[in-house]
Amino acid sequence: MILNDELQAIKDGRQGEAMAKVLNTLVMYGEAFGAERMVKITGDMGHAVIGTGSLTWGPVFDLMEELIAGGALPKQSFTTDPRGYEKGVPASAAQRLMFKLIFSNQKRMEDEWQRMGIKDEKAYTCTAYMDEVGNIPKKGDILGWAESSAVSYANSVIGARCNRNSGILELMSNILGYVPEFGLLTDEGRKADWIIEVKCDKLPEPQLLGSAIGFKCIEDVPYIKGLDKWVGTELTQSVKDYLKDMGAASASNGSVGLYHVENLTPEAVELGESLIKAAAKTFVIDDAEIARVKASYPVTWTDDEGAPEIAFCGCPHFSILQLKEWTERFSEGLEKHGRKTVAVPTIFCAAPDVKDRFEKKYPIHAKRLKNMGVTVSGLCPLSYTSNPLTEKTRIITASNKLRYYSKARFFSEDELVDIVTGGELNGKDL
Amino acid sequence: MARTFKGRPVVPGNVSAEALVTHSGFNTLANLKTAGSFLNKKGVCNDHNNPEIYGKLMPGKALCLPETIGSTTGGMVLYCASCMGVGPACMLFSKKADTLAVAGAVLTANWSEHPIVLVDGLGDEFLETVKEGDRIEVSEDGTVMVLDR
Repeated sequence: MILNDELQAIKDGRQGEAMAKVLNTLVMYGEAFGAERMVKITGDMGHAVIGTGSLTWGPVFDLMEELIAGGALPKQSFTTDPRGYEKGVPASAAQRLMFKLIFSNQKRMEDEWQRMGIKDEKAYTCTAYMDEVGNIPKKGDILGWAESSAVSYANSVIGARCNRNSGILELMSNILGYVPEFGLLTDEGRKADWIIEVKCDKLPEPQLLGSAIGFKCIEDVPYIKGLDKWVGTELTQSVKDYLKDMGAASASNGSVGLYHVENLTPEAVELGESLIKAAAKTFVIDDAEIARVKASYPVTWTDDEGAPEIAFCGCPHFSILQLKEWTERFSEGLEKHGRKTVAVPTIFCAAPDVKDRFEKKYPIHAKRLKNMGVTVSGLCPLSYTSNPLTEKTRIITASNKLRYYSKARFFSEDELVDIVTGGELNGKDL
Repeated sequence: MARTFKGRPVVPGNVSAEALVTHSGFNTLANLKTAGSFLNKKGVCNDHNNPEIYGKLMPGKALCLPETIGSTTGGMVLYCASCMGVGPACMLFSKKADTLAVAGAVLTANWSEHPIVLVDGLGDEFLETVKEGDRIEVSEDGTVMVLDR
């Protein structure tokens, strides 16, 4: 790889040993993918994937300490993924004690992040690109982010350029201010390997459509046709939310870091079918394929006949519009079933800044949620399931990402709303 | 009988280890998120979506796989597993390795005392040939020998 004068000086150790080691790591990473140069990060802020002070991640926090001690600090402010557990989320005393133990590095991590220049104490979310949080790249920006769902969103919905960087490497990219140029940073790397034709009779749920795409494309880039029939051609907040959830699902079943949606996402609008590689394969997703994908999800509850004990919605974190709409869905469900409160304790997950804004902008909705027994939290539901004492908890979710990484049982959005507000599953009262 | 395959040494090294084989994508976070802690001291693979390796031990194995999938914590999870002595000895890809696996191996090569050797591009025949428990010999130049148990 050819280094410019600034980077060569770093390699020569003029900014210290830690910086030289950071550079060598990123160069080795880039060379594995044929990168011939490093390019400057142009986004205003970074985003990291490390938000839980997990006991298992001690070596990461040791490394962060080593970087701080060596004067290797990020060039710009950044946001990071959500915290692991927050007060107010239902848990027994034993479970809470276990959370303290398994997230015993939380204070240490947050202290390190603060010394490295994190945006603020509310910067912990997987959806930092929400208006209320404000980490919003511009089209064409070069980023060094991690967090699979955020990378997918930044690439696809915003049109920024970011590889699927790993935790620690995103931090090192932010420290160096450069990333190796390869893959999704290049025009060629952003071309589609697959044409996905959506031929369903109604708009499929985003998490299921994304799941089907992830299973098929794995790490390839899909060009999705047929979605604009239902969602239109404008990136409204509602459409962005749909794409957020679809992208997160395809990034967990597979590792899709970029997708194009015909007539909708910025590069598809600008470049159209010239984005599709000549050798691209075609795959049709119809209602039968969606049903097949859903049926393929394993039920891994220890007692699969038991009643659900907790429901998580908002993985990835909800937008303010989703908080409002899901409140309304729950209200309608409760009214339909003649209930005042939910039958299953439910958590709506959202960025702390989004939660604050929701409470101010929609105080009646926020009060209604509280009264029906729903908690709004900034936690990461995946991390909640890392607790061995919650492992047997019968969790339900409409999130493919959460169901993939835990024993949470997946239901479609409509099914989940019906279970939680109706108090019945498989003909049995909860 | 030994079969020899030639791949690209991304993080080169000499390794002799027992094969652990998955024919579908290896989800690093789902498998190893608690490996090395008191929750999973032995480093057992925990991805219930992958019955081929679910419940099997990872430490010191030659992980033979097509690709990794899932969360971008993948590289740092490999790094942590390596630091805590429960990572694979090497990762042998039939396809080209992805960014997260390469990141993990590169991090271990630069920042850990237990580097994970990574060879990719070994071809589909490699995964069709290698069986769990086979003895694997990896050379610095990316040559991989598969020896029957």
